[in-house]
Amino acid sequence: MSVDLNIKIGGEAGQGLQTISSVLSKTLLRGGYNVFESQYFLSRIRGGHNYSQIRVSNEEILSKKESVDILIALDRSSIDQHVDELSGGVILIDKNEIDIEDEISSIFHVPFSDIANDVSGNKLYTNTVATGAVLGLLCYDFEYLAEVLTDYFRSKGDEVVQKNIDAAKAGYDYSQENYSQKCYFSLQSIDNTSNKILITGNEAIGLGAIAAGLKFLSAYPMSPSTGALIYVAQKADQYNIIVEQAEDEIAALNMAIGASFAGARSMVTTSGGGFSLMAEALGLAGITETPVVIYIGQRPGPATGLPTMTEQGDLEFVIHASQGEFPRCVLAPATAEDAFYLTARAFNIADKYQIPVFILADQYLVDSSFTSKIFETSRISRDRYILSADEIESMDEYKRYRITDSGISPRAIPGVAKKLVIADSDEHNEIGHIDQTSENRIIMNDKRLRKTEGLKNEIYPPRIYGSERADLTFIGWGSTYGPLKESVDILNKSGFNVNLIHFNEVYPLPAKTIQKIFSDVEKCVCVENNATGQFARVLKIETGVEISDTILKYDGLPFTTDYIINQVHERKMI
Amino acid sequence: MTTVKDYSNDVENEWCPGCGNFGILKAIKKALSDLDKMPHEVLMCSGIGQAGKLPHYLKCNIFNGLHGRAIPVATAAKIANHNLTVIAVGGDGDMYGEGGNHFVHNIRRNPDITMIAHDNQIYGLTKGQASPTSDIGMKTKLQPHGVVNSPFNPLSVAISLGCSFVSRGFAGDVDHLSKIIGQAIDHKGFSLVDILQPCVTFNKLNTFKWYRERVYKLEETDHDPYNQTRAFEKALEWGEKIPTGIFYRTDENNSTFKDMRGLTPTPLAYLDEDIDISTLVKEFT
Ligand SMILES: Cc1ncc(C[n+]2csc(CCOP(=O)(O)OP(=O)(O)O)c2C)c(N)n1
Ligand code: SF4
Ligand SMILES: [Mg+2]
Repeated sequence: MSVDLNIKIGGEAGQGLQTISSVLSKTLLRGGYNVFESQYFLSRIRGGHNYSQIRVSNEEILSKKESVDILIALDRSSIDQHVDELSGGVILIDKNEIDIEDEISSIFHVPFSDIANDVSGNKLYTNTVATGAVLGLLCYDFEYLAEVLTDYFRSKGDEVVQKNIDAAKAGYDYSQENYSQKCYFSLQSIDNTSNKILITGNEAIGLGAIAAGLKFLSAYPMSPSTGALIYVAQKADQYNIIVEQAEDEIAALNMAIGASFAGARSMVTTSGGGFSLMAEALGLAGITETPVVIYIGQRPGPATGLPTMTEQGDLEFVIHASQGEFPRCVLAPATAEDAFYLTARAFNIADKYQIPVFILADQYLVDSSFTSKIFETSRISRDRYILSADEIESMDEYKRYRITDSGISPRAIPGVAKKLVIADSDEHNEIGHIDQTSENRIIMNDKRLRKTEGLKNEIYPPRIYGSERADLTFIGWGSTYGPLKESVDILNKSGFNVNLIHFNEVYPLPAKTIQKIFSDVEKCVCVENNATGQFARVLKIETGVEISDTILKYDGLPFTTDYIINQVHERKMI
Repeated sequence: MTTVKDYSNDVENEWCPGCGNFGILKAIKKALSDLDKMPHEVLMCSGIGQAGKLPHYLKCNIFNGLHGRAIPVATAAKIANHNLTVIAVGGDGDMYGEGGNHFVHNIRRNPDITMIAHDNQIYGLTKGQASPTSDIGMKTKLQPHGVVNSPFNPLSVAISLGCSFVSRGFAGDVDHLSKIIGQAIDHKGFSLVDILQPCVTFNKLNTFKWYRERVYKLEETDHDPYNQTRAFEKALEWGEKIPTGIFYRTDENNSTFKDMRGLTPTPLAYLDEDIDISTLVKEFT
């Protein structure tokens, strides 16, 4: 039987809804389910209305759903704001804590805090009681929850672990004994040997970088990218990585470039605002031909914008940032799994072409937890393209910017051999010294730009999903993959004939390959989380392929399948 | 033995004849060869300005980056490969204006690098505007009424931040300057060498003569460079008399970035271990 449940946990910042959400998600994952966990929160530490949403299914799920089955309301406004999303579901609340005069039939009262006090002697366990109560409503195997709580609270000692388990069990039993039909939905664990993981985009990017041999990460914290920075910082000692909090983003990218020039794989993490400060240093990486990976977690701009929300509004900025013309590469992961492999790939592309490479993700992708197949390190190679001491010494003369057909000059790092390595942000000659002559300028600019040709051949073509000959083709890039893929499935199941062309390597684009793919496309619509259809414009400029229709969203929230399908019908696209 | 000649190259020099920069170039070459460093063991990172061109005029590894950004590049290059002798060089505008934030925060970070500032109290390359260290009243095309902002004092700032080696040299005294630079490079931790550098073309106020009449050497007085409070007082001295030499140094409790962060003996740049992330992946099951 197919399961597709949606659990929402709402409350104020500081009420600990994140813990409920993480514990529930892990517990459902361990029982064999696919989980998609997403967050909605405001840029504040206390108060306001926040929620977390957990979608559970036995099938692959890569997006969030609008209708809610179980709502855990930790405050009054969670009910007011989400009661309409409930279609025949249950609202779990503690009436002793939340005033509620009006009778809402779907309310199921659980005295979270009294139970916490009785069983574990402290109101602190309220959230754990709530977690248990939800799983009781689902008649879910309690053992999975006990195991997850043990892992989660292990570092706080056995007593805390036991009290959490007791609180959870009491909440679980309360639901079982008091809910009218014993359980709202019977969610049996699935026999599960497939070893799935639940991971956020941020963690996947951090992990991908570690797997790629990252050695130096400098950053100035900025939502929503900070999760990746912190993830790497926590693991840095184990992997001989230096993570340095820079004094500003200008320093961050200049540092990463300095470390990379000296031979360490380097990266920065930031969001659009921080990247604005990095624009000049981006050009520095371009002209000095220093590899560097720049991870941008997009949020709605301009300026401070909406710090905790999502948007795909920085694509054109990233492609055009910095003065002058030089090659760069932009990768836009579709899922957390994709983010892992693409991040590792970004380092190889950066080293091979000696260019800046972007991981362009967004708040939706990086703060959401995706269920994915276990990551395989064996699929990751580390290709440095750096000359050895012997190779350098065997050369008559070492020229850092030697003119070559591919535009790629053999790269040495300083101090390895007696020959000197000279890099310059001024226009320079082959050795690396300043050269202001026009002849040299043309030769060097051409050399750098020639690298784009090789790079275009390196770029993978877009992923095509769904019917071969479709009446409607969705075009998407980056994090919209999940909602688009599911929209295709839903529409095709109900008798339509649609498909998806999805790009996760978005710049530069191999024109011929893409023109060929689009020659089969009848009618298409570009779906983007921005207000002006940036990718559609980039596609036209890069390949000549024109998409005239768009579905756009720029309210700070991600796409859902419901939204996309509604748009398709409302606008009679099929 | 390395000699000054090992550091010489034939790159065309773009400085004005008589510029103070020539003395600085000579002093750096002398200091490096006196320390018996080989050119390939040295990395000079510079910004943009007349001073920023200096690395091109000697033999060593070079990263000539952006205006104001020599220090972050130098710091990170040293983190990536601590076998390199890393020097960040730039003008007063470069180091104290555009790059002021990096100056302040890298003293706190304390990488084992040397910062050399050609302090000509003017923007040379952009043809004579005021710099952060220009004296009050100096008139330029851009400051027709004269400079009114009080000058930035790099030495007092560095001393107050606990920078573990703070010094000033004079481009007109190459021997003295090269000794200071030598000690700065030898010093473990962030070392500052601020250099009085006459710009013969644009700074008509702070000329060779002007400086010569004022400079004196701290080591010829009873100055104790290990006394931070006295060093701070000396750093405030400017006008009739201008002290040069080592203002402040401390060798005690001077943990560099490398010590504090426990960098591996093998530089990060040379590490090529197998990377096994399977235990990390497990944490997500
Ligand atoms: C971001 C940026 N802003 C401005 C400039 C223009 N510029 C180049 S050098 C310089 C100032 C030079 O003064 P200083 O650093 O004191 O060096 P000097 O030439 O005096 O040695 C300026 C403003 C630049 N190259 N980059
Ligand atoms: S402009 Fe001034 S600082 Fe620059 S080379 Fe000429 S004299 Fe020296
Ligand atoms: Mg100057």
